[in-house]
Amino acid sequence: MREERIQEKLQILADAAKYDVSCSSSGSNRKNTNKGIGDTGSGICHSYTEDGRCVSLLKILLTNYCIYDCAFCVSRNSNDIKRAAFTVEEVVELTMNFYRRNYIEGLFLSSGIFKNADYTMERMLRIVKKLRLEENYNGYIHLKTIPGASEELVTEAGLYADRMSINLEMPTEMGLKLLAPEKSHEEVRKELGIIRNKTLEYKDGYKLIKKPPKFVPAGQSTQMVIGATPESDRDIMQTADEYYKGFSLKRVYYSGYIPISHDSRMPAIGTAPPLIRENRLYQTDWLMRFYGFDVKEILNDQHPNLELDIDPKLSWALRNPHFFPVDINTADYEAILRVPGIGVGSAKKIVTARRFGKLHIYQLKKLGIAYNRAQHFIRCADSPFQLNEKDPSRIKGIILQNSQSKYMKSQPNQLSLF
Amino acid sequence: MVDYVFDGSFGGLLTAVFESFERKHPEVRLLLQGHTTNLFGEVIEILPDPQKAERVWKGIKRHAGDIGHQNFYKAFLSEDPVVFQHLIDYAIYIFTHEAGHSRNYGNEHVLAISQMAHKVHREKHRMEAFIRFQKSSDGLFFALIHPDYNVLPLVIRHFKNRYADQAWLIYDERRKYGIHYDLTQVQEVRLDFKPTRDLSPTGPDITMDDKEALFSLLWKTYFKSTNIVERKNMKLHLQHVPKRYWRYLTEKELG
Repeated sequence: MREERIQEKLQILADAAKYDVSCSSSGSNRKNTNKGIGDTGSGICHSYTEDGRCVSLLKILLTNYCIYDCAFCVSRNSNDIKRAAFTVEEVVELTMNFYRRNYIEGLFLSSGIFKNADYTMERMLRIVKKLRLEENYNGYIHLKTIPGASEELVTEAGLYADRMSINLEMPTEMGLKLLAPEKSHEEVRKELGIIRNKTLEYKDGYKLIKKPPKFVPAGQSTQMVIGATPESDRDIMQTADEYYKGFSLKRVYYSGYIPISHDSRMPAIGTAPPLIRENRLYQTDWLMRFYGFDVKEILNDQHPNLELDIDPKLSWALRNPHFFPVDINTADYEAILRVPGIGVGSAKKIVTARRFGKLHIYQLKKLGIAYNRAQHFIRCADSPFQLNEKDPSRIKGIILQNSQSKYMKSQPNQLSLF
Repeated sequence: MVDYVFDGSFGGLLTAVFESFERKHPEVRLLLQGHTTNLFGEVIEILPDPQKAERVWKGIKRHAGDIGHQNFYKAFLSEDPVVFQHLIDYAIYIFTHEAGHSRNYGNEHVLAISQMAHKVHREKHRMEAFIRFQKSSDGLFFALIHPDYNVLPLVIRHFKNRYADQAWLIYDERRKYGIHYDLTQVQEVRLDFKPTRDLSPTGPDITMDDKEALFSLLWKTYFKSTNIVERKNMKLHLQHVPKRYWRYLTEKELG
């Protein structure tokens, strides 16, 4: 490796890869059984960048040369930027040396498309094979599937990668066609389908083969760019729901668009990324996956967009006053889970603890629920008697007044005493 | 109330639990050797006894289950005299009550042990994340740490499983001992010189691998390039990487 050139390549190809937000290194079960190097488990965040994002994987592109001209992408063909490409050996050497120093949990490898999809995918496959077969490497590998790559290459890659992903890019086909006419959701579905079907095949074959090979053990994920095109939150989350269900995805990531182009179809350079909206979308995603909400309960024709000043769970609760109050001492787990201010952990503790006696306010506080928020929606052993139910807009006012939003911290003209 | 003095070892603490039952002392004040202030009352010196300790250790497993058993040891690694007292009180409490009481978080000792074990566990996890090895010219991967609690015993398994094909040494500067893996087993080591982060002049026999400087530079380069400036959020950054850990982190070195 020539030192200056490799440093420049790393600069270019890490910078170009950073808009892929997934940094997950968990969910795989690869162990270091061959006295080689590396294992996987619940994932470790080895560092955090100044934007507060976790650094778990060496996230790089193999190359940022690309035959496509997707308007939202920094590596688009028509963009006048420095280009670079790693060799197979360089990626392997970087991964191994970073891993051995405990800098990372593994490799996240993506790529621009040079020549054609298979040519690129074949290179990426060579890297993961070299890591697994020659370096005896058992650490985490997240591999991006190149759109249009052949079934043979994608399937073979699945034997070496822990996770595979391919991005929808835009929440709807229409949005995608607007900015990336060469791409389609159809293609994404095809690639996701290949891995899904093969995974099921191995699962079915489990009884026949004693030790079936590992095949994408940490599952598949995808990503959508938020705020580049005018889709509503309902469009975004309905797409997410559809892909979670149709392809058993482990995760859908939402990436607030950071303007990187003077293209008049998208937000101008300098526009702040939609961080609050992105956060609200992730909250909705969690409600769908862990809280038993159907996407239509949160987003529908009457409510096509999430509120920015309150979180989607509180928003749902205020729109459905007939569901409350929930009696902590008698209600089902599912109902308790829907109370604003109560998370999965405390809902479970409540259901366990109430077996030993009726729960009181002080106990709920100790269990770790956000009582100030939850009090408007629950009854417990010593809840004060209320003649009139408070009206939702008043509750919202009280909660907003008594809570500090992490987004409101820089209020103008606020005096500090110390 | 009787005063027991012990040597600060885990075996000593467990032996103290044994003695409190043997000598029928339901309430014991546990003091650390060299820190005694009691000049007049009765002081019983506890000498660690492997057989007695073993019996108590098994008893704790029986009464507190696997997690309670692990938490007892983790809390001990806090090296905090206040926690030592909680540990002996906790042991006496669970031995004198029926099963299940090791999860009665209404009891102050049970709660204290659980909370301290949680803190120690978090520090263990941080070491697994923040340790940065440097490679020496003879192929040893070397890291210095300065953890809040004595977590080296807890990280052995993780590093042994993961880095099975490279020799490594993790040295706790604060407690002046380390763990060394020689490709077959992990052993405790004490160094007779004071190692430094850059290993250079003070470590007489250790020189860096030719490529160490390059990979450390490349890692810093990567760390900078993967940051999204438009999303800068220093509050979140500091919350995840408190400043006291920056000393370990290659990417946080200047230059």
